[in-house]
Amino acid sequence: MASGETQTSTDQQRRWLHIRKLLERSGPFCHPDFEPSPEILDFIMESCKILIVGAGGLGCELLKDLALLGFRKLHIVDMDTIELSNLNRQFLFRKNDIGLSKAKCAVEFVNKRVPGCEAIAHHCAIQDLDEGFYRQFHIVVCGLDSIVARRWLNGMLMSLLQYNDDRSLDQSSVIPLVDGGTEGFKGNARVILPGMSACIECTLDLYPPQKTFPLCTIANTPRLPEHCIEYVKVIQWAKENPWGSNTALDGDDPQHVGWVFEKAQDRAMKHGISNVTYRLTQGVLKNIIPAVASTNAAIAACCASEVFKLATSCCTSMNNYMVMNMADGVYTYTFNAEKRPDCVACSNSTRVVEIEPQATLQSIYDKLCEDPAYLMKSPGITTVINGRNKTLYMSSIKSIEERTRDNLKKKLTELGLFNGADILVADVTTPNTVTIKLKFSEYQDVEMTR
Amino acid sequence: MIKLFSLKQQKKDEEGSARAGGSQKKASAAQLRITKDLNELNLPKTCNTEFPDPDDLLNFKLIICPDEGFYRGGRFVFSFKVGPNYPHEPPKVKCETAVYHPNIDLEGNVCLNILREDWKPVLTVNSIVYGLQYLFLEPNPEDPLNKEAADELQSNRRLFEQHVQRAMRGGYVGSSYFERCLK
Ligand SMILES: [Zn+2]
Repeated sequence: MASGETQTSTDQQRRWLHIRKLLERSGPFCHPDFEPSPEILDFIMESCKILIVGAGGLGCELLKDLALLGFRKLHIVDMDTIELSNLNRQFLFRKNDIGLSKAKCAVEFVNKRVPGCEAIAHHCAIQDLDEGFYRQFHIVVCGLDSIVARRWLNGMLMSLLQYNDDRSLDQSSVIPLVDGGTEGFKGNARVILPGMSACIECTLDLYPPQKTFPLCTIANTPRLPEHCIEYVKVIQWAKENPWGSNTALDGDDPQHVGWVFEKAQDRAMKHGISNVTYRLTQGVLKNIIPAVASTNAAIAACCASEVFKLATSCCTSMNNYMVMNMADGVYTYTFNAEKRPDCVACSNSTRVVEIEPQATLQSIYDKLCEDPAYLMKSPGITTVINGRNKTLYMSSIKSIEERTRDNLKKKLTELGLFNGADILVADVTTPNTVTIKLKFSEYQDVEMTR
Repeated sequence: MIKLFSLKQQKKDEEGSARAGGSQKKASAAQLRITKDLNELNLPKTCNTEFPDPDDLLNFKLIICPDEGFYRGGRFVFSFKVGPNYPHEPPKVKCETAVYHPNIDLEGNVCLNILREDWKPVLTVNSIVYGLQYLFLEPNPEDPLNKEAADELQSNRRLFEQHVQRAMRGGYVGSSYFERCLK
């Protein structure tokens, strides 16, 4: 018995041997401030909280990689359930898991398999989790296939940034985002330091636009099986409303996919086109790009090592965008994606306007037009109140001007604005909509709320 | 390059321990961008917008009343739906007025390149407005969505013009009925 225990503890020692070599010795690639210490391993095991977004092809890899690297406080979020077609690459799932939550099954598997791992699953949409949730993490790593979700997450991490009074960034509010993406044999991995380096929104142009075909082609001169499927999706669905006029086409509903498949086949037959398959139908409807397990593995490994580097400082991070193509040999290239100074998401465009608490919207409007710091031409002013967008005043659109004109006479507090509230101002004089924080003058000495 | 975590400040706030003060939800990037687009909307005199809810800048209508060409005197309503992925993806635009037009089908689908394959994030709502206005001045029989109308425009301009007029006054063209849409 005693010898058994010794055996286990020796195994434990051996398990971290290689990690310890990285964390307890210095080297030429270390971060300049890196101080080798055994405490760093304790940090990644006991304190460092990582959020993995997505429990699909990349997510399974990321969870496994990070758990094996020694991270224990892992959270993973995914709203999807397991489908048969996932099993070839989402290796934490088995046939019996079909229909169950991806996040929960992944966590159960890894916690059982990797001693000490305490991963936690969140079976929900990323949008269901709030600021308080995201703020608890040291690093967020994501393996998503949707640009909307990436942009949302990016916006969330940007909104957590705090700025000092001199408008410099409070670095303790920065939560790094490591983002991986794959498409067939191609993939990319990048490191985003919110507010410091290029964000998702800065490089939106790098994402290929969704593949679309001219509407007239799919309507009149279809040549490809995709044209037939697109026709049924865009035109025939709305015309025939097979499930009633309020039912949107759902690419995850097998009945919907089956209906589209059947109609697309009819259309293909009429135009002498072959190769409309159920799989292709599903692919076109959900805009799926076939996933390759080895691409996922390589990209996830790259992301996991970036997380490790950020968490430990044992090596400087990748700077900052790596593309990989494995279609013919292996080609990788890393470049420094540049932060856009006028980025809607990450440029610190928030300015503070000091104003009497009794002031009206008109006085803000006048200030924006007359104050030499702004000199705006016709500012359109909106805000977000209780999570809802509200148009305060916009003169350029007649129907909106008429219905918001009365707001000008109202006091800011009557409009639901408060000390520290943000208003969003669009004007021809600025490249983007700018955020302006209201600071009520009588609150001057009180710490501003955010 | 910063070193992100000094071991002294390694503990993060626990979940839910929000910082002082309530947090105001941030506007999405799509919302910020559409606000900018709309504030700078510079409509030609033949166009107008309607916002059923002035707080909802993502859903609105564009009304085009052409003052020249085949469609002069008509009033055509388009619905705009701006999605959360704007401007990565274009708004969804549908024609709500039944119109006899080579590039607009009877379900209101519009064949305009910048609404699909040629959309780019630098384009704005204004670009779409001008594109739609142009469709009424220069219907394009090369990219037909209503093939009958397109063939007719190419083979018999006068008949096409008569049919457009009949449709705008309200009536049948072939087997399709068109509601009156004259101003
Ligand atoms: Zn940015």
